[in-house]
Amino acid sequence: MRHTISMLLENESGALSRVAGLFSARGYNIESLTVAPTEDETLSRLTLVTSGSEDVIEQITKQLNKLVDVVKLVDLTEGQHIEREMLLIKVNAGGATRDEIRRAVDKHQARILDESETTCTIELTGTSDTLDAFVTAVSRAGIIEVVRSGVSGIARGENSLRV
Amino acid sequence: MELTGADIFVRCLADEGVEHVFGYPGGAALHIYDALYRQDKVKHILVRHEQGAAHAADGYARATGRPGVVLVTSGPGVTNTITGIATAYMDSIPLVVFSGQVATSLIGDDAFQEVDAVGISRPCVKHNFLVKDVKDLAATIKKAFYIASTGRPGPVLVDIPKDVTAHKCEYEYPRTVSMRSYSPVTDGDPAQIHQAVDLMLSAKRPMIYTGGGIVLGEASAALTELVRLLGYPCTNTLMGLGAYPATDPLFVGMLGMHGTYEANMAMHECDVLIGIGARFDDRVTGDLNKFCPHARIIHVDVDPSSISKNVPAAIPVVGASGPVINEMIRLIKASDRKPDKEALVAWWKQIGQWRAMNCLEYDRESQLIKPQYVVETLYDITGGDAYITSDVGQHQMWAAQYYKFDKPRRWINSGGLGTMGFGLPAAMGVKLAFPDATVACITGEASIQMCLQELSTCKQYDLPVKIVNLNNRYMGMVRQWQEFFYDRRYSHSYMDALPDFVKLTEAYGHIGFKIEKPGDVEGALKEAFAMKDRLVFLDFITDQTENVYPMIAAGKGQHEMHLKPCKAVVPTDRELA
Ligand SMILES: Cc1cc2nc3c(=O)[nH]c(=O)nc-3n(C[C@H](O)[C@H](O)[C@H](O)COP(=O)(O)OP(=O)(O)OC[C@H]3O[C@@H](n4cnc5c(N)ncnc54)[C@H](O)[C@@H]3O)c2cc1C
Ligand SMILES: Cc1ncc(C[n+]2csc(CCOP(=O)(O)OP(=O)(O)O)c2C)c(N)n1
Ligand SMILES: [Mg+2]
Repeated sequence: MRHTISMLLENESGALSRVAGLFSARGYNIESLTVAPTEDETLSRLTLVTSGSEDVIEQITKQLNKLVDVVKLVDLTEGQHIEREMLLIKVNAGGATRDEIRRAVDKHQARILDESETTCTIELTGTSDTLDAFVTAVSRAGIIEVVRSGVSGIARGENSLRV
Repeated sequence: MELTGADIFVRCLADEGVEHVFGYPGGAALHIYDALYRQDKVKHILVRHEQGAAHAADGYARATGRPGVVLVTSGPGVTNTITGIATAYMDSIPLVVFSGQVATSLIGDDAFQEVDAVGISRPCVKHNFLVKDVKDLAATIKKAFYIASTGRPGPVLVDIPKDVTAHKCEYEYPRTVSMRSYSPVTDGDPAQIHQAVDLMLSAKRPMIYTGGGIVLGEASAALTELVRLLGYPCTNTLMGLGAYPATDPLFVGMLGMHGTYEANMAMHECDVLIGIGARFDDRVTGDLNKFCPHARIIHVDVDPSSISKNVPAAIPVVGASGPVINEMIRLIKASDRKPDKEALVAWWKQIGQWRAMNCLEYDRESQLIKPQYVVETLYDITGGDAYITSDVGQHQMWAAQYYKFDKPRRWINSGGLGTMGFGLPAAMGVKLAFPDATVACITGEASIQMCLQELSTCKQYDLPVKIVNLNNRYMGMVRQWQEFFYDRRYSHSYMDALPDFVKLTEAYGHIGFKIEKPGDVEGALKEAFAMKDRLVFLDFITDQTENVYPMIAAGKGQHEMHLKPCKAVVPTDRELA
């Protein structure tokens, strides 16, 4: 199953490579990974999406927790939570395709950030599924470049990941 | 007063109570070496190869329970320690390794002797640090010792750029550490321990399976009390030998690939398995699908990631072995329930039948020296009270099977990584920690050649260990697998062109004996061990066809053991010549 795991990490050089190294050394899957500092500059927030059997996920969370740089960790999938990902996409937009793209942009509530004679660059934020659907919708026009941020996530309601 | 980083480094070690550092100098570490020269609190042991430094510090740590300390230079200095660091990591041994690094301004420039020590060591350390500012040095060293020696112990590397050792700042060694991201558990959850005890007391065919976590947690006395209180059979992993006294009737021997028949059969038939400080390694479990098919499993471990990693536990207890066992004892004593006497009598009767198979019996009439006989005689001559280090191979297994360890920290070997070359430097470390103790390294003619240069260190620092070389002219363990699983194609496992070990040892300033007849074994051992102040290398020319039994082939279940030796099917030296 797919799991979204989020953690607070000491904002120190090498911390990210410990997380990434753990996944490659132990043969775990990593589908996406995002990391950036938080309001407390000594901490980074890292969200990663992985998949595996329940046993494997249990090992992954235990092994991550064991890393000295990991301050706190939550498997968001275990509770109600919100996931968002951002997409930047550049597509061919010459001639008639431009209208088609505009319709897709409106329908998905995406945003055009930049246009040239032959191209159109679009931003969309949403769940990974929404992003997938949009990429499919505009794929006929011809995709030039896809940039996805990877998933970030946060728990709903009162639950939170804080030190 | 302001001190240089190098002086701070040495002061930190002294304040941490470090007596010995195993090391080897080089450019990036020269400020530190200069600071070492100007003091007399911390003794530096100059090894002959950095791998030896790591193994020696490791042996020191295994024997004393205190972290071993290593100091090396950048580049090749630190890469040479990696095997030793990985060895310690696999067996959860506390080490603190300090490596010199090129100056901070040069990092990343492919400077002379630059290597990414933090990157290279990352997969085989518990944690590591690069110190970029002299102001962080003391606090980092404090953290390194704290992390290495608490929770599940392990090696920690601290990489120190040369300019950091030259810069100055005020020195104060932190008295305490607290890290928001690291807080090892000790006490187990009371409710879990309660449940565990309930299950333990309901067992008809119980089995207590313990390992290195008892030794690491200094919980031998507690374990012994628990086992005797319950009257249950106890087995130890290779790493746990000595955690429970081997001469005690409740001990059924080591389990696993080369464990005893009775230990493995009892594992296979038990209905409640009490695992404490052991990690269900594949050399222990064999085929997981056939592992303990009737058992409900209790698993106590200080590291949650050890629990249910290979085998799911019915009752997990995260906690340190000592406190958890003591709580178990308290609950058992307080309980109205007692172990099921009748069931236990039947269970011990069954175990007695397995024991009667005498799985460790060997040919005592042989005209050739049997390796088992050498270990047994060594046991007798040392009164079972020596520190025994070993290398890796058949000799290691015979040492484990035939030397009956009654105390923890006496059996010092590389189990997880299986590092040939470990034995001699580890013995050095032990001898340094306990100068008056008898220390012997049981080795093979292949393994001993991997760190042989340390004979010179033994000379310089007067470390009179005894080396018991079970010389079968083969990488015996490799040859055994080739005999069993590769149709006797002995590909590159014959040790040709062996040196004359006696002359070699003499060249290093020590004493060497070559022993070729069974009748000379005892005399030679007695003579060697009577020479308290000399290193003696005993080269026993052993029966090269001998195999280690019992054996569970990889992928087989615990009850599917090979027991009796088949006939000799190995070409001897004469045929090969
Ligand atoms: C040639 C060869 C043959 C081998 N054959 C065998 C064999 O037949 N049988 C065998 O048993 N092994 C054998 N081994 C060794 C094997 O590879 C493993 O190293 C060994 O089985 C692991 O022992 P262990 O489970 O006690 O774990 P260790 O590696 O000693 O790990 C200790 C465990 O205890 C935990 N722990 C640490 N501190 C504490 C504490 N304070 N409280 C609680 N828990 C703690 C740790 O988290 C860890 O899970 C062989 C090795 C070699 C090289
Ligand atoms: C550094 C290293 N290289 C290779 C091996 C694989 N290996 C395991 S046992 C063994 C042979 C050991 O031979 P020897 O030291 O003579 O011991 P014996 O088995 O003959 O008692 C080898 C090569 C290892 N464990 N370590
Ligand atoms: Mg050999």
